[in-house]
Amino acid sequence: MRNLMQQPFRTAVLVLVWGWLLFLVLAPNLLVVGASVMTRSPGTFISLPLTLDAYRQLFDPLYLEVFLHSLYMAAVTTTVCLLIGYPFAWSLSKVGKQRQVLLIFLLIVPFWTNSLVRTYALKLILATNGLLNSALMSLGWIDEPVQMLYTEGAVVIGLVYLLLPFMILPLYSVFEDLREDLLRASHDLGAGRFSTFIHVIVPMTLPGVLAGIMLVLLPAMGLFFVPDILGGSRNLLVGNVIKNQFLDARNWPFGAAASIMLTLAMAFLMFAHRLSKRRIGEDGV
Amino acid sequence: MASDSDLSCTGLVRRFSGHAAVDHVSLNVPAGTFFSILGPSGCGKTTLLRMLAGFDKPDQGDIYIRGQRMNDVPPNRRPVNMVFQHLALFPTMSVGDNIGYGLKRQKVPLAERRKRIAEVLEQVGLPGLEGRNPQQLSGGQRQRVALARCLVLKPTLLLLDEPLGALDLKLREQMKVELKHLQKAFGTTFVYITHDQSEAMVMSDQVAVMKDGRFDQVAPPEALYREPATPFVAGFVGDNNRISGDLVAVQGELAEIRLDDGSLVRGRIASDDLETGGRVDLFIRPESLVLAGDALNSGYSGMDACIRSTLFDGANSRVEAEGAGNNTLYARLPQDGSAPRFNENATVRLAWDPALARVFGARI
Ligand SMILES: Nc1ncnc2c1ncn2[C@@H]1O[C@H](COP(=O)(O)OP(=O)(O)O)[C@@H](O)[C@H]1O
Ligand SMILES: [Mg+2]
Repeated sequence: MRNLMQQPFRTAVLVLVWGWLLFLVLAPNLLVVGASVMTRSPGTFISLPLTLDAYRQLFDPLYLEVFLHSLYMAAVTTTVCLLIGYPFAWSLSKVGKQRQVLLIFLLIVPFWTNSLVRTYALKLILATNGLLNSALMSLGWIDEPVQMLYTEGAVVIGLVYLLLPFMILPLYSVFEDLREDLLRASHDLGAGRFSTFIHVIVPMTLPGVLAGIMLVLLPAMGLFFVPDILGGSRNLLVGNVIKNQFLDARNWPFGAAASIMLTLAMAFLMFAHRLSKRRIGEDGV
Repeated sequence: MASDSDLSCTGLVRRFSGHAAVDHVSLNVPAGTFFSILGPSGCGKTTLLRMLAGFDKPDQGDIYIRGQRMNDVPPNRRPVNMVFQHLALFPTMSVGDNIGYGLKRQKVPLAERRKRIAEVLEQVGLPGLEGRNPQQLSGGQRQRVALARCLVLKPTLLLLDEPLGALDLKLREQMKVELKHLQKAFGTTFVYITHDQSEAMVMSDQVAVMKDGRFDQVAPPEALYREPATPFVAGFVGDNNRISGDLVAVQGELAEIRLDDGSLVRGRIASDDLETGGRVDLFIRPESLVLAGDALNSGYSGMDACIRSTLFDGANSRVEAEGAGNNTLYARLPQDGSAPRFNENATVRLAWDPALARVFGARI
């Protein structure tokens, strides 16, 4: 009886999930892969013959430089997020339950505002005659406005601001699972604070660190509107390149190839994340 | 300070917001002893153990291990190791690495480390399991790994916080015996805390019964059972019947008690604060109650009781009876064929040797 009642519901859910995956995930990605191996065509965007030219173009020094600079900014963003997020998540897991709920709520509140709007708000703060410069000048710490907007730093600040919660949340969840008893056991067995951190806390939180990196590093390379608003013409992300190829330069195969590179990088990170979850003895005994 | 004592504490106090979770506890544990602290949940056992391990500091009192004052020594410098309630094995490490963790912190070289890990695994009956993940092991095996992780460091003192609590009944029975054997084999001093009196009784050389942060009595299990020093110990350790009445007379060692229906019973005086006319409790064990017909041993005390039910439980079978003055009594039914069959509501006489009964002043 129970089975009969459940069966249609189960089927409906399965169809929905698989349908979703097929039409909204797999199909678009296949289209992108398809586009990436075709030839650029002014009229129809893409045409035959099949070619790997787009991938070759990725290694053009000009673009390679953009990629590397983009990767560099994303890496700095991720590092800053990790440096802020790790201690933040750690202390978050230590405060009382009620305050924890409040703090996580505050962490999520900004998501209710469109990130584009929030980036413009940041622009108001960082602008030459913006809030930050005015504040610093009225405090007497600086005499002249400092150029903050349209710098690499502004892009990184914008990225960190938008992506920090994605670092904190997975870290918070691993710190929540880190039982106080494990730290006591380590201490009890003769380890000091530093040893305990290196040998117990880091391995236990590594899956969270990698999840956080995955959620920050790749999106950081894609958030094209941040450099658009805060970065000026020199601090481009891969996301800007992709956007330009599709919307401005009309070079779909190249844009598709670039986005596939990003997907592959993501897949690689996920693979590393899985490996880290497999628990391996350090002495190999 | 006795020099052969591994652990000795004087007047330990630990308060949480004014309430003393551990209240003037003093104890002395000779080397090689299996020492248990037995008490109901919330009586302060874990708080006491945490102070011994160094995770918490006493507000008052001193802790000495082999004569060395330990109050200000951090946990990683104390010659003490602890088996945690939930074991706290490191899930990111293999069994071998878990056991080698402490050795590595002591900078024992790898070859020596491997040798000692293999040895201790052999001793706890898990030879060759170094490479396993703790998650792959059964509950009993994990237990042994947690023990081995401590014992490999040869601590002066091993602290155990209800480590058998998570095991199912059958395995717990088995581990009880095994823990005792391991303690004897290693010769390490164990301080074991539990709320399960059977664990404490089976394994220990000495048991401290704890109540509301204080020790009521410290004694070997048998003495605790036969000569409980307080009504709490009498009621908490082993099954006991409690019979309430008024003290009417004292004859040497024995007290004569009038029950609420006017009948008289006798028992041995166990505390010195008794006053004639005062309210008292008499404790008598189910196995000390004799189900007597008319043939009654002359020196025995007893009362008439009405059978309520027979509770068959193998060797532990009992009858439940309602005695004089509304006292519910349990009497053991011998399973050697000698016990008669009882009908419900039959009246029997329950008798006992007054020397086996213990009389305390009633605490209201
Ligand atoms: N860190 C703490 N803060 C406040 N109260 C505590 C703390 N630890 C224990 N207590 C209190 O001390 C008493 C004894 O607790 P505990 O030692 O854990 O008992 P047991 O281990 O015997 O069950 C309890 O009433 C408990 O609520
Ligand atoms: Mg406890």
